[in-house]
Amino acid sequence: MAELDELPLRARLFLRAYPWRRIRPTPWTPLRRPLAECRVALVSSAGFSPQGQEPFDATVRGGDPSFRIIDTNTPVSDLGESHRSWAFDHSGIQQDANLGFPIDRLKELQSLGEIGEVAPRHLSCMGSQTTTGRLVKQTAPDAVHTLVKDQVDLALLVPV
Amino acid sequence: MCSQTVSLVAAECERQGITTVAIQLLKLVAEAVAPPRALWVPYAHGYPLGRPHDAPGQRAVLRAALGIATVPGPGPLLIDFAPTP
Repeated sequence: MAELDELPLRARLFLRAYPWRRIRPTPWTPLRRPLAECRVALVSSAGFSPQGQEPFDATVRGGDPSFRIIDTNTPVSDLGESHRSWAFDHSGIQQDANLGFPIDRLKELQSLGEIGEVAPRHLSCMGSQTTTGRLVKQTAPDAVHTLVKDQVDLALLVPV
Repeated sequence: MCSQTVSLVAAECERQGITTVAIQLLKLVAEAVAPPRALWVPYAHGYPLGRPHDAPGQRAVLRAALGIATVPGPGPLLIDFAPTP
């Protein structure tokens, strides 16, 4: 279970004191159609980059706010991980990238008819961002527009 | 920080007309940031869908998340995931 106590002391102290950015007012888009007809995309913050794309830059002060686009046909074995945080165990997502980017599971749910279809493109970012202004005002709006262009109905977001 | 980051991206998705469900690992963060729809999972950092290579367990998390997408608003919604023993 993810509890504060599992984290190193330095991380616990930081998280307790950090000024979290509250989402207010709460934006809300009702689901437009039954799940079995929805196009579903993934947004992962595990810091995955497909082969041929730059890894996330661990030297960016406050955290790299950029996004990578992952084509739905990219095998998870072709994803490199460059999450900069030292506060969690990386071995799980390195053994099985579906833990942080569950594309194979989503395709299985499509095969079972539980969702309409898997979106053609997905988003990847690096979640360890202590400054959020660039993400909120610049990079996320552009990245999310990619999903809008792909007529995505529903996005599932996966932190690590 | 990951839970805040995905929550902020979820909010942008909702503003652009895409329904979202954000998995969350720490209730402290989920309650402070308040993404529109969230599924709290009882797993360690680095393991948001449970165990590596546990396809049934991972699908169960996704099914729970998908179910939250159908819940009527208003948000924020924070639902606990209860794994099958």
